[in-house]
Amino acid sequence: MMGFVLRRLLQMIPTILAVVLIIFFIFSVVPGSFLTSLMSEGRNMTNADVLAQMNAQFGLDDPIPVRLWNYVSGLLQFDLGISYRTREPVTSVLAPRLWPSIQLAIAAMTFAAAVGIPLGFMAALRPGSLFDSLTMVTAVSGLSVPEFWLGLLLMYVFALQLGWLPSFGYQENSLRHLILPAVALGVSPMALLARTTRAGVLDVMNADFVRTARAKGVSEPRLVRAHITRNVLVLVLTTMGLQIGSLMGQAIVIEKLFSWPGIGSLLVDSVSVRDIPVVQGAVLVIVLWFLVINMLVDIAYALIDPRIKVA
Amino acid sequence: MLNRLSLLAALTLCTATSALGQADTPTPGGKLVFVAPYGGSITSLDITATPHTQDEIVAKAMNASLYSWNPETNQPELELAESVEKSADGMTYTYKLRDATFHDGAKLTADDVLYSYNRLADPKRALPGAEQILSIKGAAEVQAGTADTISGLKKIDDRTVEITMTSLSDPGWVLMSNYAPIYSKDYPEDQLASKPNGLGPFKLANYVPGAKVELEKFDGYYEEGKPYLDRLDVMLMEEAAARDVAFRNGEIDVNVLGPTQYEAYKADPALAPNILEVAEVYTRNIGFNPKVEAFKDKRVRQAINYAIDKDLIVKKLLKDKAYPAVSWLPVSSPAFDKDAKPYPFDPEKAKALLAEAGYADNLSFSVTAQPNESWGIPIVEAIIPMLARVGVTVTTDPVDGSVMSDKLLSDDFQAYIWSNSSGPDPLHYLRCFHSKTPQSACNYVKYSNPEFDALLDQAGNEPDHDKQLAMLKQANNMLQEEAPIWFFNYNKAVMGVQPWVHGLKPNSVELAIQDYQDVWIDDTAPATRKQ
Repeated sequence: MMGFVLRRLLQMIPTILAVVLIIFFIFSVVPGSFLTSLMSEGRNMTNADVLAQMNAQFGLDDPIPVRLWNYVSGLLQFDLGISYRTREPVTSVLAPRLWPSIQLAIAAMTFAAAVGIPLGFMAALRPGSLFDSLTMVTAVSGLSVPEFWLGLLLMYVFALQLGWLPSFGYQENSLRHLILPAVALGVSPMALLARTTRAGVLDVMNADFVRTARAKGVSEPRLVRAHITRNVLVLVLTTMGLQIGSLMGQAIVIEKLFSWPGIGSLLVDSVSVRDIPVVQGAVLVIVLWFLVINMLVDIAYALIDPRIKVA
Repeated sequence: MLNRLSLLAALTLCTATSALGQADTPTPGGKLVFVAPYGGSITSLDITATPHTQDEIVAKAMNASLYSWNPETNQPELELAESVEKSADGMTYTYKLRDATFHDGAKLTADDVLYSYNRLADPKRALPGAEQILSIKGAAEVQAGTADTISGLKKIDDRTVEITMTSLSDPGWVLMSNYAPIYSKDYPEDQLASKPNGLGPFKLANYVPGAKVELEKFDGYYEEGKPYLDRLDVMLMEEAAARDVAFRNGEIDVNVLGPTQYEAYKADPALAPNILEVAEVYTRNIGFNPKVEAFKDKRVRQAINYAIDKDLIVKKLLKDKAYPAVSWLPVSSPAFDKDAKPYPFDPEKAKALLAEAGYADNLSFSVTAQPNESWGIPIVEAIIPMLARVGVTVTTDPVDGSVMSDKLLSDDFQAYIWSNSSGPDPLHYLRCFHSKTPQSACNYVKYSNPEFDALLDQAGNEPDHDKQLAMLKQANNMLQEEAPIWFFNYNKAVMGVQPWVHGLKPNSVELAIQDYQDVWIDDTAPATRKQ
């Protein structure tokens, strides 16, 4: 197992390097810079001397290969650089955003799994029924509804009309503030999980070993619990892993809407002012989150299905 | 038209002020939940390190400058000084500082003033706030690295400081800036961005990056009995739709409104009585780059001003959340000429001018624009058919804010649409059209007119205030005649305010920047504001 984890960790390095290079080169060629963003409001002018000083301090007048070398060599020493905007180390800018992002991703996935998996299961056990049709209509709607619109709708109903929950904001250890953004973010993976679970269960129910078990007189509850569920779990886990891995990156719209201080909203704010070190840091965090979650999913496979070996 | 506009502005100011100022005696205590709507985060709690309005909204609560802006008189006034004496030549000012205390308990001294301005000018620190103190004698030399300290600053004694300026302009215009606050010379500089230590009415209690800044009353504030509030929360909320829900739900106490929401709030009997609005000092315009041959001809520039029905755009697209512009200086400027009339909508005259200039049907240009609903791509889309009717073809060059400034500073544009500061200091902002002002500063259209330059220089050297204003009016009218830009509108800033909130002011410099020490909430506020 340790060998597997080590191998997967090593495999992350080329992925991370590729991401670093892509982000670096994209922001080297896109128009606009941090310095010009200082004047984007059309209100306060920044003196040309100050701009020149900033240019030199941040190394923005260095040639691209020099800037790349500085960044990569810093990265190898776990130094993500200094934020142009806040003039703090990038790690200090990212740190307070990490936990809110993880909280939101986990809460959204918890909602998605708690609702989507049972729905998919029950729909598959009654294929063609009204319940099955309704579940699938819900799933398709959940996948197609824009998150921004859904978020606003949830705010309107649960905050403004019913007054049950706050409409926005972040408060440490406050479940009330977490519910609406988590549900808005979790509806899409919930719908996907419902569809995947239903398809998986239907597939397993038609497998030879299920027919054999049924012929041998295994009761339906035991059949579902011991044979179907276990075999469907790998598929469900894969979907969940991919979804929770990508939720941190997908949360941008929801974070903005609910004023949630996560990595996604930081990324958008940093892109708009071309704070490249923070953009690179935020993208790295999102990529790392995806890679680590998928590694954990691979490990979980072995625990669920002994036929899969990870060593 | 102009009279109607001025009357409207005046009425608006009066209505807004009176409607929101009916409260009786201020009640101490409670919490105000304010909103910073210009982004999802703030750059720094050290306001000298940032040029962004979003940061200023928070900084105003924590800091104080030598002067401050009085939104009611529309003039700068002394803030950290009790009195000032002007020298006979009008260049040197001697300030007697007031008895004020920093949040860490240190007393304000003349050394703090010297330290704060020298720090701003220090080239090694590269602080955007430096722009505010460059008119102090010797500040430019420090910034250029040819001097260590600003020669125009002198400590007379612990409570007296002397400042020599480079021109006859009132130093209040620049030293009132919230970007040039007075900091304590003894406070560790590396803590300014995380644990700010100012002279303002509130001190930092908690900062959640990307979410909110929580402030608490500073008991040592120099104004007796103020601030009234015990707490001030500033929520960082960029999404207008989310702000709307939160405001209607009573979770926030103010909401900065866009055109669509303005229309909705005006139509809602529950919200309409509590709308605060003011003509802000922003002029929305299309700048014409003279590197396009046609734009060198005044008749072409005037023709575009005649060809566009800006009243219609303001009414239909901006839902009346703007005042049609007359010239560069806004209605709230002391040098605004109340007798001047805007370009009327006259397509026939536009056609005649274009034909006379040799561009009857062969002028085309692109407008670099951001996706802003009040001064961006939607406005360009609205003028395209209007200009097409007079034979001018316009296309859009869509960009974001950073690219916009990049293109302007590198002269890579044919025309641009933008919202630019045009006040409050009329001399300073008319200088944006002085030929010596570089394009990288604010003369984006590289306007050059010796007659205009001479008039502005003369105004800058005129010690008599009334005579100076007359010259500035003349210069502003000259700009209108020359039409280096299309004069679109002056922003009408609008804020929805909860009925329990009092003391907010129609600040024409920026409505979202408030004198928080004067704000209070009454007994009708919800329980969450009284805790």
